[in-house]
Amino acid sequence: MIELSNIRKAFNQGRHNEYWALHGIDLSVEAGKVTAFRGPSGSGKTTLLTIVGCLSRPTEGRVRFKGEDISGLPERFLTDIRRQSFGFVFQQFNLIKGLSAVDNIILPGMPSGRPRRNLVERADELLDQLKLGHRSRARVEWLSGGEQQRVAIARALINDPEVIIADEPTANLDTALSKEFLAILEGFTDAGKTVLLTSHDPLVVESSAVHRVVGMRDGRLIPD
Amino acid sequence: MRPWLEKQLHLIDFTLVSLARRKTKNVGLLLAYTLIVFVLASLSLFTHALRSEASYVLAGSPEVILQRMVAGRHDLIPAGYLERIGRIRGVQKKEGRLWGYYYDPVVNANYTFMARPASEVADGTIMVGSALARERGLAPGNTISFRSYAGKLFGFTVAAVLSPDSELLSADLVLLSESDFRRFFEYPEGHYTDIALSVANPQEVRTVAAKLSAALPDSRPILREEVLRTYQSLFDWREGIVLTVLAGAILAFAILAWEKASGLSAEERREIGILKAIGWETSDVIRMKVWEGLIISLTAFLLGGIAAYVQVFHFGAAVFAPVLKGWSVLYPRFTLVPAVDGLQIATLFFFTVVPYTAAVLVPIWRAAITDPDAVMRA
Repeated sequence: MIELSNIRKAFNQGRHNEYWALHGIDLSVEAGKVTAFRGPSGSGKTTLLTIVGCLSRPTEGRVRFKGEDISGLPERFLTDIRRQSFGFVFQQFNLIKGLSAVDNIILPGMPSGRPRRNLVERADELLDQLKLGHRSRARVEWLSGGEQQRVAIARALINDPEVIIADEPTANLDTALSKEFLAILEGFTDAGKTVLLTSHDPLVVESSAVHRVVGMRDGRLIPD
Repeated sequence: MRPWLEKQLHLIDFTLVSLARRKTKNVGLLLAYTLIVFVLASLSLFTHALRSEASYVLAGSPEVILQRMVAGRHDLIPAGYLERIGRIRGVQKKEGRLWGYYYDPVVNANYTFMARPASEVADGTIMVGSALARERGLAPGNTISFRSYAGKLFGFTVAAVLSPDSELLSADLVLLSESDFRRFFEYPEGHYTDIALSVANPQEVRTVAAKLSAALPDSRPILREEVLRTYQSLFDWREGIVLTVLAGAILAFAILAWEKASGLSAEERREIGILKAIGWETSDVIRMKVWEGLIISLTAFLLGGIAAYVQVFHFGAAVFAPVLKGWSVLYPRFTLVPAVDGLQIATLFFFTVVPYTAAVLVPIWRAAITDPDAVMRA
């Protein structure tokens, strides 16, 4: 489903503080499976996820999504792909304060021009599935960490994406909530979604919900 | 069409919610901008209305006024001038006018005395302007005395108070009969202060004025259009003075509003990153922020404009009137006829809404074109 060929990524290229975060990554991601990237801070996990999720471009190399090379596409097309095919769960959840849970969840659906009523109905369904229906109209800053994460998950699912990208999804959760997340993760694969996540939480990477663990260090993949 | 419309509704909806989420900042911005618009609109509306009022009132004044100059000073017109003027082709009507100034030490004000035919003002009576009547507490039937420049006391009965409609020009006016005027100022018979002329063909006013200058070299013809232009320049000059005086305050408010509008907080940058990461296009983010800027600046434009309109046309421009109307003791008190033109509104719009929207747009554009991956690293 996703193929990466010789992906290299540099920051501050050409400046005195040039830094290469990725050094020639070759990887193939299978559809409908959960792939976890494991590695210490600075190993390039998050950078790799931003490239896969069309949030940034590789400095060198090719990204193929469903057989199509998307590395050279203009920003507008990348945004379309990102909106239609990817759902993001960020480490800090990145919810917009002052908005209710539902209003946060429907945000990715707005640019496609879906009627608000449809979006809200779908958001309520997702919140019910995630056992947070009773908090749907609460402002997100009033929710607990676990509740905020479930709102972030619902937001990632609102456009029914094929791929879920989660960056350190359990970093801000306690053990019980991390286990809840793993249960949700299993639900994703049951629904046929492809999941890519980063984590150095053993609870996640050693879980049966994760089909493949890819080790990373210093911007390179560690051979299996 | 439907998804496009839905998308715009979503953007407006989100914009309104965003504005409400940053109430304090946005209310402060709105107040600052409303004040700027209010000041600029008040000045513009008031001076424009004054110009219109002056044009309206002066429309009935003589086409040409002839004054005699002696040693560069305005002097009396001697007997015989009227007859000589009557011989100039193109002059349709001529009328010798008598007027002069009188300083009233009681209220420290100058009045304009003007003679009218006995058919209009009977001997021993006067008609006075509204401001003068107010200042001296006069009503029809009251008597008032003035001491002439020769030291003689003259008593007059107030026959009428002039209509406030013409107060811009008649605020300090005292109309009296010709014989009373001549006795009061000791003007010899046949002499006049100036001569009012009307011209048969309005296209030939300048030609007739040139003939007058040639025939009577010691005279100075003053055209109605020149008087009007002088009024316009005077109001323009006063408007300029007020603008200069207020420039500092306006600039301070403008800088404050610009700073607030153009400075993106860390929270706002973060939100833009989130929106882009979850699938908003750069154009969606910019459009949403433009809506935000337009809502604030248009609301300020409307509020400031309406407040200025009410202030000028319903409360007599209490804030700026003393400066713009003049530094007289007898301020004309009159209700201005609302006079607003498209150019005024367009100018005000251009100097308020456009810069504000630009101030909002530039930093948003910068933030919106950055890669959304920063949000992953927050």
